[in-house]
Amino acid sequence: MSRETRAERAPRSERTGNEVARKLRADGGEQLATADGDIETAIRENHPALITYITAGDPSLEDTKAYVEALDRGGADLIELGLPFSEPTAEGPTIQAAINRALDAGTTPAQFFDLVDELETEAPLLVMTYYNMILQYGPSEASRASKAGAAKPQNKPDVRPFVERAADAGLSGIIVPDLPAEEADPLRDACDDHDIDLVFIVAPTTEGERLDRIMSRVSGFAYVQARLGTTGARADVSNATHDSLARLAGYDVPKAVGFGVSEGDHAAEIVAAGADGVIVGSALVDIIADHGAGDAPAAAELEAKARELKQGARRGREEAPEPEQP
Amino acid sequence: MSNTESDHADASADQANRKRTFGDYGGQYVPEALMPALQELEDAYERYVLENEDGFMDEFSERMRDFGGRPTPLQHADRLSERYDRDIYLKREDLVHGGAHKLNNALGQVLLAKYMGKERIIAETGAGQHGTATAMAAAHLDMPCEIYMGRTDVNRQRPNVYRMRMNGAAVNPVEAGSGTLKEAINETLRDWATTVENTHYVIGSVVGPHPFPRLVRDFQSVIGAEAREQIQEQAGRLPDSVVACAGGGSNTMGAFHEFVPDESVDLYAVEAGGSSLKIDEEEGVAPNSATLSTGTDGVLHGALTKLLQTDDGQIVESHSVSAGLDYAGVGPELSRLVETGRVTPTSVDDEAALNGFHRLSNLEGIIPALESSHALGYLEENHEELGDLVVVNVSGRGDKDLETVLEETEKRDLEAAPDVEVFDA
Repeated sequence: MSRETRAERAPRSERTGNEVARKLRADGGEQLATADGDIETAIRENHPALITYITAGDPSLEDTKAYVEALDRGGADLIELGLPFSEPTAEGPTIQAAINRALDAGTTPAQFFDLVDELETEAPLLVMTYYNMILQYGPSEASRASKAGAAKPQNKPDVRPFVERAADAGLSGIIVPDLPAEEADPLRDACDDHDIDLVFIVAPTTEGERLDRIMSRVSGFAYVQARLGTTGARADVSNATHDSLARLAGYDVPKAVGFGVSEGDHAAEIVAAGADGVIVGSALVDIIADHGAGDAPAAAELEAKARELKQGARRGREEAPEPEQP
Repeated sequence: MSNTESDHADASADQANRKRTFGDYGGQYVPEALMPALQELEDAYERYVLENEDGFMDEFSERMRDFGGRPTPLQHADRLSERYDRDIYLKREDLVHGGAHKLNNALGQVLLAKYMGKERIIAETGAGQHGTATAMAAAHLDMPCEIYMGRTDVNRQRPNVYRMRMNGAAVNPVEAGSGTLKEAINETLRDWATTVENTHYVIGSVVGPHPFPRLVRDFQSVIGAEAREQIQEQAGRLPDSVVACAGGGSNTMGAFHEFVPDESVDLYAVEAGGSSLKIDEEEGVAPNSATLSTGTDGVLHGALTKLLQTDDGQIVESHSVSAGLDYAGVGPELSRLVETGRVTPTSVDDEAALNGFHRLSNLEGIIPALESSHALGYLEENHEELGDLVVVNVSGRGDKDLETVLEETEKRDLEAAPDVEVFDA
């Protein structure tokens, strides 16, 4: 993989106005030495991109396989798979319930990676999980366990086994909702070594130096959190979305907006506001929950929903202001 | 990076890192939306708590005196001293307003929120002690207050729910999971992620992301500061050991902090051994809350610390007869102090704690909280290794636990139990 910096990257003809207008960071800080991976390519080639989330193992891993394939057919350009963690503090009720269903079904990290091994989708896959799941993956219990009452050093948990397995399985990116940029260096380094993108979330409260810090570490895309709070389908597009996209306009990384996006019209509005992609999770998880157990009963509806969202995003591009010529 | 300016930037980044952690423990593992609020809190912590800006710490101390009842006595326990043939002193945090050390932190944080211009207080509670302390502090300082409490805890800690309501706090039951402290923290974090701009989250222990473990420790360190002065006045020297129970660890760090530099003083953190120290991986259940003694390193609720978890990293349900110790994590600074060998982690089981409860009630006329009873259980079993002069932190009073204690005691047919058949007719 070539190691050109973002500064050296040639402008691409298919970029939208926002992308062409992007400028380098004003402070000239060190740019992350990562070339376009699968994720940026997928977003740029399918612009505006549809990014979908479902929880692996909800309600079973067999269903998840069928659902991922359905989303792929329906036009999802990137697919996030949630690896369930018992304490999903960033999630609203919908995805909390999905995670509980997946855990009740006995979903483990090992099974999760087996599923990813089997999947052959056109859309690159990302894993979304909490940091403890990444830290604990790998070393055997024997090497980590400390004896009761003893205060001797134990092997520290390490992010590398997870990242290595993710790379082996063909995952293109990782999103960790409880890992801010300040704590991310070990994972960022491991991801760089394995050419995996590490996506960071940019919140409505993120600005100034912190925004710079995040944007100097992000790769793949910046996950723009549309509103304060937790994940969950909403009836409208938040004003914070427009403000956040404006704050990010100067950074040369694709921006995708999530948290509350549930309909094609939302997708259109968000893309018209300058986003390179929309991220939809809870609205899809709702469909899975409504259909319950069976032989992947939600597949057709998921495919149709993906299509609606993708069409919405395309409509948004037509409504977007004409690109400025450099 | 090689030029001097970036070296300088690296050095100051290193310094910032060290402040955020205790060795490798601690840190700030939270959703991005909360990071600016943590920075704002860190700034307020430095100005008001560390530097006493605008006389913040003076006001805190005054209010803890007039409203909270500080200082609390350090009492020589005559009959326990006789029983164990050494001098046992009790730090009487059960006499703080509200009946536990919890007010030290709650009042400190609510006052800090006020100085920061926040308009609303939220907090989690397990047994209800932190919730009641926060509700009292919020009423005292005229701040609107909402408490998240697991459904199971709401049902089993009714008196505390009534107390919070009496003080004007809203109590929001959390239906998720096992309906205990862990779920209550999750839900409070979710509220905070939505309302962070005008709301302060009064976390109840020395847990959570930086700066909470330091902030809470500093508000609680009044326990050890008083005890250290009192024991020298009363016994003429520093103690040989300090014993405190440990769940999340706020009374533990509060009792220990001022003694940490005194290398001659041994520090014992007594955890809830529950019914067994072994985790049931299959069920995802630990029949104990002995995190320091048996846990492994991981990230929960914003910090890298010792946890009760499965090999895959799922957090398990902890258990203890004492609701206040029932937590699968522990403060990161305690994890560090155990790692360096400064603090000795120990545990006693439910039965030893229940016996400790009865013993102190019977011998000294003090009904201790079931949490504190773990420290008393350890004293009974291991007094010979504690030296001639021992301070035990009685972190709270046990009125709240009477029903549980009677029920659990009867189940186990403990000899120490008083006869309460007077009610049966």
